[in-house]
Amino acid sequence: MSNLRINRKKNKRFGILICVAAILLGILLAAFIYRLVSGKPFASVFRGFLPWFLALAVSAVAYGTPLMFGTLGEILTEKSGNLNLGVEGIMFMGGAFGLGGAYYYNQLASNPNGYVAIAIAIISAFLAGAIASLIYSFITITLRANQNVTGLALSIFGTGVGQFTGEFMRVKAGSYITLSNDLKDFFIMCPFPKFIQNIPVIGRLIFGHGIFFYLGIIVAVILAFYLNKTRSGLYLRAVGESPATADAAGINISKYKYLATVIGGGISAIGGMVFITTIAGCTWNHEGLSGFGWLSVALVIFCLWRPTAAIWSAVLFGALVDLYNRLHLAFLPDEIYKILPYVVTVIVLIFSSLRNNKEKQPPASLGLAYFREDR
Amino acid sequence: MDSCYAIELRNITKRFGEVVANRDISIGLKRGQILSLLGENGSGKTTLMNMLAGIYLPDEGQILADGEPISIRSPKDSFRYGIGMIHQHYKLVDVFTAAQNIVLGLNEGGLNIKETNTRVQEICDRYGFDIDPAKKVYDMSVSEKQTVEIIKVLYRGAEILILDEPTAVLTPQETQKLFAILRNMRDDNKAIVIITHKLNEVLELSDEVAVLRKGTYIGTVKTAETTAQALTDMMVGHAVALNIDRPFNQNQTERLTLKNVTCYDHEQVKKLDNVTFTVNGGEILGVAGIAGSGQKELLESIAGLYPVAEGSIEYTPPEGDVKNLVGMSPTQIHKAGVALAFVPEDRLGMGLVGSMGMTGNMMLRSWKNGFGPFVDRKGPQELANFIWNDLEVVTPSTEFPVRRMSGGNVQKVLVGREIASHPSVLMSAYPVRGLDINTSYAIYNLMTEQKMNGVAVLFVGEDLDVLLELCDRILVLCGGKVSGIVDARTATKDQIGLLMTSVGGKEEA
Repeated sequence: MSNLRINRKKNKRFGILICVAAILLGILLAAFIYRLVSGKPFASVFRGFLPWFLALAVSAVAYGTPLMFGTLGEILTEKSGNLNLGVEGIMFMGGAFGLGGAYYYNQLASNPNGYVAIAIAIISAFLAGAIASLIYSFITITLRANQNVTGLALSIFGTGVGQFTGEFMRVKAGSYITLSNDLKDFFIMCPFPKFIQNIPVIGRLIFGHGIFFYLGIIVAVILAFYLNKTRSGLYLRAVGESPATADAAGINISKYKYLATVIGGGISAIGGMVFITTIAGCTWNHEGLSGFGWLSVALVIFCLWRPTAAIWSAVLFGALVDLYNRLHLAFLPDEIYKILPYVVTVIVLIFSSLRNNKEKQPPASLGLAYFREDR
Repeated sequence: MDSCYAIELRNITKRFGEVVANRDISIGLKRGQILSLLGENGSGKTTLMNMLAGIYLPDEGQILADGEPISIRSPKDSFRYGIGMIHQHYKLVDVFTAAQNIVLGLNEGGLNIKETNTRVQEICDRYGFDIDPAKKVYDMSVSEKQTVEIIKVLYRGAEILILDEPTAVLTPQETQKLFAILRNMRDDNKAIVIITHKLNEVLELSDEVAVLRKGTYIGTVKTAETTAQALTDMMVGHAVALNIDRPFNQNQTERLTLKNVTCYDHEQVKKLDNVTFTVNGGEILGVAGIAGSGQKELLESIAGLYPVAEGSIEYTPPEGDVKNLVGMSPTQIHKAGVALAFVPEDRLGMGLVGSMGMTGNMMLRSWKNGFGPFVDRKGPQELANFIWNDLEVVTPSTEFPVRRMSGGNVQKVLVGREIASHPSVLMSAYPVRGLDINTSYAIYNLMTEQKMNGVAVLFVGEDLDVLLELCDRILVLCGGKVSGIVDARTATKDQIGLLMTSVGGKEEA
C-alpha cells in the first residue's frame, strides 16, 4: 500500500514536469510559427513576438471568458451526475435574454447605470438558463428520460428560442438593437486602476482583462471550494458518483440534482450573455455564439471536472478559437483552426482514459437516471 | 413477553406478490448478544432483516424497540432507532476517503474532516478496527471496505448491528479479525445479528441461533446446546417425495473430466479450488451448494467464459479425440465440436435479448448459418414455433419481445433453445427458478430425455429435494471446493446439507 502512495507522488511530480516542458515547448513553437509567418530572423522574432503574444493572450481571455462560464456551469451540473448536452441552447438563451434585459433597461431607464445594467444582464441570462435547465431536470430527473436525447433536444430548442428572441427584439425595434456606448464600455471595462494595468507586460497579461473574466475566476474558486471543502459539496459529489450510496445515507437525490442542474444551467447561460455583450459588442449576433456550448461541454472533459482547471483551459481554448484571426498560414485553410479545440479534447480524452487514474474520471453515474427501486 | 429485547419482531409476515418471503416470524434481539440467523438461500433471512433496515415494510406483525411498538418506514427511521445494517453489497463512493464516506448524509453543520478522523480513530481503538481514515475506497481491499461500512454505522451511534453474510468475501484471517471485533462489540452491550449459512461460523461466534426455512421460523436454540447435525436438520428439514421419473441409462461414457481446476476472480479471491470430477454422457450430475460456492464459475469455466488459472478440462466427444477446453474461447470450444448448452443464472442478462422476439433470440445461436451477410430467418422461425407449441409458451406471437413475457415463459424459451441445439453436454443453472410445478416437470422431463439420449447433463439446483430425485449423482460444492460426490439414489438430505456447509461434511467448529 505504501508503495502505491510513493508511486502516486512520483506520478504527480512527473505530471508537473511534463506540464512545464509542454508550456516551454508551446512558447518555442509559437515563436517558431511566428518566425515562419513573419519571415524575420530569430533575433527580431523575439522582439516582435512579445506584442503578438500579448495581443493573442488578451483576445484568448476575451474568447475564453464565455467558455469559462459555460464550462463552470456544466461542471456543477455534471458533478450531480446529469450530463446536460443542452449547453449550446442554454448559452443562446442566455445571450438573447441577457442582452434583452440590458437593452430594455437602457431604453426604459432615464439615466441608466452601468453596474445595474450588468446586474440585470447577469440575472436575466441566469434566469433564462435556469428555466431551460429546469425543463431538462424535470424530464431527466422526475420523468427519468434519457439524458443525452433530452440534452440534444434542449440544445436545438434553446438555440431556437435564443434566435427567435434576438430577431424578435430586432424586428420590434425596427433596426439592430444595441446598448448606448457608455453602457457598452461598462461591459468591457477592466476593474483594476490604470497604474496597475500600466505595469509592463504583467499589467496587460494579468490585470488588463474585462470584468467578466475576474468574475469567472471568482465563480471558479467558489465552486472549487464548495465542491471540495463543504459538506453540501461532498454530498453533491456523492450523488454524482453513486446515487444509491447517497440515497442509503439519507441524502435527497432529487433536490441535489435539481439544484445543481438549474444553477449550473444559469451559470452556463451567463457565458452566452458575456459573449454577446463583450465580443459581439452588445448586438445580437446569431452566428458568433454557435459552437461555444459544445466547446464548453468538451472543456469540462478537458479540465477533468476541476473548476480551477477550467480557468486556464478556457483561456487556452479561447486562444485556439481565436488563432485563425492571428495566424495565417498560406497552406492551411481557416477551417482547420476551428477544429483545433476538438482535436485537443480528443487527445485529452485518449490520455485521461489511458492513465487509469480513478480520480480524474467523470462522475461515475454521469448520464444515468437513478431509480430507487434498483437498489 | 418481557421487554429484555432491544428489538423484537412479532408475527412478521412479508409477501412479494404470491410468494410469501416471511411467514409469521417472531424473533428477539438481546443486547450483549450475537444472534445468528441461519437458513438456506431463499429462506427469507435478508428479507426479514431488511424490514429492520427500513427497506421493506412488513405486511403483518409488529416491531418493538425496548418493548415499545415502532414502525420503520425508511433507512432514516432505522438509524433513529439505532439499527445499522451492513449489506452484502457495500454502498460506498469509490473516489472518497474512508472519512468522507463515513460522514455522508449526516447533518452536522460544517465539514470538519480532522474532527471526523479523530472520532473515527476513537471508534477504531475501542473495538480494534484498523483503518486509515484518509485512505480512498478504491485503494481498499474488500475487508477494509467492510470495516468502513461497519464504522459508518457505529459513527451514527448504532446499538443494533445487522451484518448480511459478512464473511462471504473475507479470507479466513480477515474473518477471525472480524469475529474478534464483533465480540468486542458484544461486550460493549450491543445487539448483533449475523445472517449466514455457514455452520462453523455460527457455532464459533454466536450465542443463539435462529433458524429459518423457506420463509418459516423453525426455532431458536442456544449455540452451546446444539450441534452442527441438529442445526442442519433444522435448516433443510425432512425429505419431500416429488415423484420425478428417473430412468437409468445403462450406456454411460466418460464425457467431461475436470482435473485440479482452480479459478480466481478479478480481486484474486479463489472461486474454484482444486476441483476434480467427471461427468458421464447419459447421466444427470447435480451440483448442490450454497449460492456463491462456485457454481457459476464452474459452469462458466467449462463454457470458456471464465479464466481457468490451473488444471485441465478434458472433453471426450461421442466420436473423436480427447480435447482440453482450457484456454479455448467460447467460439473455439463450439467449433472444436464441443456443444455446450448453457442456461445462465441471469436469464435475461446473459441468455436472451429482452427486446427481441422468440425468433430473434433463436437466431442468437444460429446467426453464423446463412449466406454471407444475410441471416437465415427460416430455421429459427421454425424452431421458435416448435418451442412455442411444444413447451406451451404463453405469448401472442413469436415476435413478441421476450422481456414482456412472464419469468416462467422466458425460462422455457431459454431452456428450449439450448436443448434444441442438440448438445452433447447440457449445462443448466437453476432452470426451474420461478417456474410453476407443471413447467418445472416439463423441464425435468426434457433433461431426463436428453440424458437417455446420451447427453451429459450438469444441473445446478437449489432445491435439494429436486436434486435428490432428478439426478444420478450429486456433486456438492462448498467455498469453491468439491465437498463430496454422492449417489443421489442413496444419499440423504442431511448428508448433503452437511457437505454444503463444511468441506467433507466434517464439523469444523
